[in-house]
Amino acid sequence: MRRRFHPAEAGMRIAFLLCGLVAIAFVLVITLYLILAGLPGFGHIGFWDFLLGRVWDPAAGRFGILPFLLASLYGAAGAILLGAPVGLLCAVFLAKLAPPRLAAVLRPAVEVLAGIPSVVYGLVGMLVLVPAVRRWFRLPDGASLFAAIVVLAVMLLPSVIRVAETALRAVPPEYEAASLALGATEIETVFRVSLPAASSGVAAAVILGVGRALGEAMAVLMVAGNGANMPGLFRSVRFLTTAVAGEMAYAAGLQREALFSIALVLFVFILLINGALAALLKGR
Amino acid sequence: MSEETVLQVRDLCLWYAPGSPTLKHVSLDLPERQVTALIGPSGCGKSTFLKTLDRMNDLIPGVRVTGSVRYRGRELYDPSVDVTWLRKQIGMVFQKPNPFPMSIYDNVAYGPRTHGVRDRGRLDGIVEGSLRGAALWEEVRDRLKKPALALSGGQQQRLCIARALAVEPDVLLMDEATSALDPISTSKIEELISELKERYTIVTVTHNMQQAARISDKCAFFLLGELIEFGDTTQLFSLPRDKRTEDYITGRFG
Amino acid sequence: MVPHSARRRMRDGLLRGMLWLSGGLVAALLAAVAGYVLFRGLPHLTWELLTTQTSVLRDTRGIWPNLGNTLYVVGVSLALVLPLGVGAAVYLTEYAPSRRLAGAIEFAAGTLAGIPSILYGLVGMLVFCQLWGLQASLLAGSLTLAVMTFPTVLRTTQESLKTVPQSYREGALGLGSGKWRMIRTVVLPAAADGIVTGCILAVGRVVGESAALLFTAGMGMSLNHVFASWENFSRSSGATLTVALYVYAKERADFDTAFAIAVLLLGLTLVLNGAARLAGRSIRQRGGERRE
Repeated sequence: MRRRFHPAEAGMRIAFLLCGLVAIAFVLVITLYLILAGLPGFGHIGFWDFLLGRVWDPAAGRFGILPFLLASLYGAAGAILLGAPVGLLCAVFLAKLAPPRLAAVLRPAVEVLAGIPSVVYGLVGMLVLVPAVRRWFRLPDGASLFAAIVVLAVMLLPSVIRVAETALRAVPPEYEAASLALGATEIETVFRVSLPAASSGVAAAVILGVGRALGEAMAVLMVAGNGANMPGLFRSVRFLTTAVAGEMAYAAGLQREALFSIALVLFVFILLINGALAALLKGR
Repeated sequence: MSEETVLQVRDLCLWYAPGSPTLKHVSLDLPERQVTALIGPSGCGKSTFLKTLDRMNDLIPGVRVTGSVRYRGRELYDPSVDVTWLRKQIGMVFQKPNPFPMSIYDNVAYGPRTHGVRDRGRLDGIVEGSLRGAALWEEVRDRLKKPALALSGGQQQRLCIARALAVEPDVLLMDEATSALDPISTSKIEELISELKERYTIVTVTHNMQQAARISDKCAFFLLGELIEFGDTTQLFSLPRDKRTEDYITGRFG
Repeated sequence: MVPHSARRRMRDGLLRGMLWLSGGLVAALLAAVAGYVLFRGLPHLTWELLTTQTSVLRDTRGIWPNLGNTLYVVGVSLALVLPLGVGAAVYLTEYAPSRRLAGAIEFAAGTLAGIPSILYGLVGMLVFCQLWGLQASLLAGSLTLAVMTFPTVLRTTQESLKTVPQSYREGALGLGSGKWRMIRTVVLPAAADGIVTGCILAVGRVVGESAALLFTAGMGMSLNHVFASWENFSRSSGATLTVALYVYAKERADFDTAFAIAVLLLGLTLVLNGAARLAGRSIRQRGGERRE
């Protein structure tokens, strides 16, 4: 049988290849533009002055982003400390303990929690959490790092739960049978065999949560107060994301360059996190 | 040899689903410090029967059990029985080697730790003793901290036996423990079983007729959920009382 | 009977309690957020709000323009991302001659999925608004969101394509049809549910997105007649529902309207989640059969 040349076949093959290559092109373009737009700021302000400067005052020409950097890191760490344990326990509950009917209700609930837009979390945080924080801790204003941490902790729950539950479900039942056969209880088996066996997935869940917390902008913008202060738990703070979102609309000149440099810093963090995730998931 | 009964089964029936039972009115007495082999074609209920002896069937939803299983006089299916205590007395080795994804040491120490042994020196002793008991000590003594999953299949299965021994069980159940192994590993485990019966009561499920003849003292033949014949292995293999047993061991079916 | 050690039983009970508690906490969080949003917003979600536009002169409040903007962004970004995402998924599962290229594409998609939306907004602004000269416009916003949802559509379609039995493909090829014909007539129809799920998930992300639109699509509240002319279609700018929520809450302190929009968004989330579940069910069933 002779192979005939089909123009349609060849054309579609190329079309599909292009669609695939688009993924790579997107990443390259995004990387390229963030670097191109972000580097000048580093040059004009000075690498260390920019990263480690404690004062952000565009009017005075001072562009130090240490406050934002630390606020983002503290915020992500706090949100993980608060949210990850609840998320992991909830994942264990869903994967191993919940009666099937209850799980069938709780699982969609987690999906809905994941689907709620971040501005809605921001709105509820702004009107419920922020005043509550002000009253509980007798502050002049409740919009603070603490409020942001709580909102972020809630927002990262669904991703942590989803990834961790998937990992827990993938634990071979033989491990659990062996543990039970040795006289361990169901709970001991979950905590001493299932969770350790799913550890790479659990770690991935936590790292994904960190990524979510570092990248969130709108909800933080609505509850963190947005003061360019060195972070304190009850101080008004600005994250890397909210520094960009808050001033980009009217910034010009060096300030605008500095905002793009902040974006570049954020991008580097996200790439590191993606790399860690990829390494973990590959190791499985 | 004293013939004290360790496990006494009376009129045991088991359903996985409503309808025809998977085990039908099984009754037998398992004697102390002997190897009892459960034989029969696939799907005859021998593995199911084995699992009723340490209540591993509890894990499957919808299982119903009637009749009586007594372990040293205590009714296993009594609601007051602590299943974790029971499973400590009656250990189990599975068909496929299933060491935990931990170090060799932690695998063996898992059971004792679960049952409250914290003392490092005592754990070390238990780990060494159990690994010796499972004829694995010499092969792994200098790599106890290495992952158990790096061991060969036969070594993994002996590790699983060591892990079961570490909680000092009274009875050892083996569910086709050699069927996933190569001939050399199989013969090592067979030797091991013959040594272990000095101290433990062993119940083993096997597909392999020669193996049953080699290692067991008693033999039980199951067919379609029924216990057809139970007796001394030599007698069962040389002079089976039941026609169906004879057909099976002479290879006419199954 | 040897008693279970009391400590062990206590620890067991404690952990069991914590597991139930965290499950309950997650459910309670959803109930609290949803309940509060409904409580504050439902009374203000009126027909009038839905059908008028906000005007200081006429003293009216309405989100009609924002509804329209949201629909525009959903429609245009979906129309852009659907062929691209499905095409890339088809390439990965049906063609992909080299593992290395496929790996690179998958890695790129994974990277895209992890990039925060604010960064999409910035790059969208640089490329679409400035470089391409689209200014802040709904079109630029839609383009940005098409890039952002690309990995979602790609991955869901890919999952679904993987569950299409190999025998379907062999059957079609055995009848002498070419590869593209086989894909068009056999593979894509069999994977339709996955493509639909991917679209629903993408719509969900678009509807909920705000940070990526802030600088690309604008924050205007006036009505756009996008179908009046190509000029209007490509130049109109304005706030989608989420951006409008942000503007009303943060810049105008009009919380009633903000909560009314929140109710709408919550409702959309529920509908989209339900739809994705329905569409996803058939994939899972097929996946189950194939594993059997």
